[in-house]
Amino acid sequence: MKLLKKLALGSAFAFAMLTSQAYAADTVKIGLVVKSLGNGFFEAANKGAQEAAKELGDVEVIYTGPTSTTAEGQIEVINALIAQNVNAIAISANDPDAVIPALKKAMARGIKVISWDSAVAKDGRIMHLNPSSNELIGKMCLQLAADHLKDGKGDFAILSATTTSTNQNTWIEEMKKQLPNFPGLNLVTTVYGDDLSDKSYREAQGLLTSQPNVKVIVAPTTVGVLAASQAVADAKKIGDVYVTGLGLPSEMAGAIKSGATKEFAIWNPIDLGYSATQIAYRLVKGETDGAPGSEIAAGRMGKIKVGDNGEAAMADPFVYDAKNIDQFSKIF
Amino acid sequence: MSAIPEKRLIPDRLGTSATRLFGSWEALLFAVAVLIFIANSLASPYFLNAWNLSDATFNFTEKAMVAFAMALLIISGEIDLSVAAIIALASTAMGAAAQAGIGTPGLVAIGIGVGVGCGVVNGILVAGLRLPSIVVTIGTMSLFRGIAYIVLGDKAYGGYPASFAYFGQGYVFWVFSFEFVLFAVLAILFAVLLHATNFGRRVHAIGNNEFAARFSGIRVERIKFTLFLLTGLMSGIAAVCLTSRLGSTRPSIAQGWELEIVTMVVLGGVSILGGAGTIGGVVIAAFVMGLVTFGLGLLNVPGIVMSIFIGLLLIVTITLPVIIRQFRHRKPA
Repeated sequence: MKLLKKLALGSAFAFAMLTSQAYAADTVKIGLVVKSLGNGFFEAANKGAQEAAKELGDVEVIYTGPTSTTAEGQIEVINALIAQNVNAIAISANDPDAVIPALKKAMARGIKVISWDSAVAKDGRIMHLNPSSNELIGKMCLQLAADHLKDGKGDFAILSATTTSTNQNTWIEEMKKQLPNFPGLNLVTTVYGDDLSDKSYREAQGLLTSQPNVKVIVAPTTVGVLAASQAVADAKKIGDVYVTGLGLPSEMAGAIKSGATKEFAIWNPIDLGYSATQIAYRLVKGETDGAPGSEIAAGRMGKIKVGDNGEAAMADPFVYDAKNIDQFSKIF
Repeated sequence: MSAIPEKRLIPDRLGTSATRLFGSWEALLFAVAVLIFIANSLASPYFLNAWNLSDATFNFTEKAMVAFAMALLIISGEIDLSVAAIIALASTAMGAAAQAGIGTPGLVAIGIGVGVGCGVVNGILVAGLRLPSIVVTIGTMSLFRGIAYIVLGDKAYGGYPASFAYFGQGYVFWVFSFEFVLFAVLAILFAVLLHATNFGRRVHAIGNNEFAARFSGIRVERIKFTLFLLTGLMSGIAAVCLTSRLGSTRPSIAQGWELEIVTMVVLGGVSILGGAGTIGGVVIAAFVMGLVTFGLGLLNVPGIVMSIFIGLLLIVTITLPVIIRQFRHRKPA
């Protein structure tokens, strides 16, 4: 009796695990490791990766990641991928340092390792794919401002995060540097909402009253752009003053609908997953070594250039407007 | 239903005769481990590879080290939910020390020392002030990890000396990692401690009936204090191994491990109500959990499905002996 029960239990386990898989010998296997499963942003990246796999033909993308955003969980996943002899690992890291020993082991066994979205420190990868670059983000913000003004001419103001936030300061610096390329644009002032909803809202309100000439508020922060849209809507200045900048589609869908903003930008996770897969494939095929200075063909995303520190910028931030907001607001 | 059982059935004990019970429990668990091993080798062509299996042991060695001490604690009728937080605090202390330029022996001493210190805090609160351990250690869980978060915030400590990497990444012999050898040595030490010493008998006695144990002259508080200290010590050792393996420290290190460790102990046949359990069972449970997560990982099964699988495994292995026994008792003699 006891034996029978044991056998029954055992065969149940065996059945659960016996999902036979056939592997084609020359398929390039790419492990797409994300911070955690069940996150819309990464599901979208996987969509792009699958698109690239289909386009390239001989690629199998293994979309995987831990349940919670821990480095320990990612290391277990990396070990499992090493054991399967994958050809490449493309990872968005939960910790830039803790995954390095595991990734070094992968590289020692001939696996091409790149990071994307959230970087791994230099020692643990061949190259890192940033969704965009500071220069491109600065340019995009100016372009968005010009698009909202008649003939691209008029006054605009910047609503930033804190005075000490590195990202925002770099982007504002880039905007100022590139301003001469947009002769119609006139930057009136920069205010700081500290990335707090209420403070950003008040700063935007202040702009509306003290700077009546300002027709566009550019907020290169997801908190600021949302708060400013709300302030414009509440002041009943929709159509008179526009808000644009970097925002999340799910949060900005309302602002697009109300007309407080016509368009805004942020990176596109689908393109990011697509490009990471393309780059990993080229590295496996030996078409490039991914060293600084090299250019990697990435399908429909064109050529991606690897810069200093082995970091590459994918493309301009992706522009979201009334036409595509419904599709993307469901994703992230 | 007609016959009245000769002995009254106590549902919190898993059998009527202790020896038979443990024999069958471990046999069952061992059979499960073997079957999982066979199923894994059939399901994935990559499973039967010495290096891959060696990599797989890292999934459980650190947790199992803590699970040994936790098993003793649970057998004595107490629990320590702060173990993962102790690991985080010990790792943070080692990180700070590494920044200050302290060498490998010093770092190991600090990691283990902080672990012991945390164990002493738990021990004083539970054994000294006689507070319920589940409440105390939920408190110290937040306290220890809270300190790690205050010190580190969203930053990380790195820059450990190269020789420090040996504990989590080094190999003693062929595919046998330092961690795995340490796991095996500790398993033997704890098995001897629990099953072949007076101390071990006393731990069992306290868990079965603390009142009777006290009247038998057992110094219950002293033993409980020692057990908390031991759990802290093992958490400190696990912190050394984990920190060395990751090569960096963040305050979120080992997040959620306390429940995985308790699961390992309970899956190993240790009664959550105290009084019963073996180290052998915990060792097999560690292998079962490690093999399942690695095997499913090879098949790229998402982590959440693995959690479901471990949960089912736990429920099945706990309920099956109870069901079998009830089935037997119902049969007319």
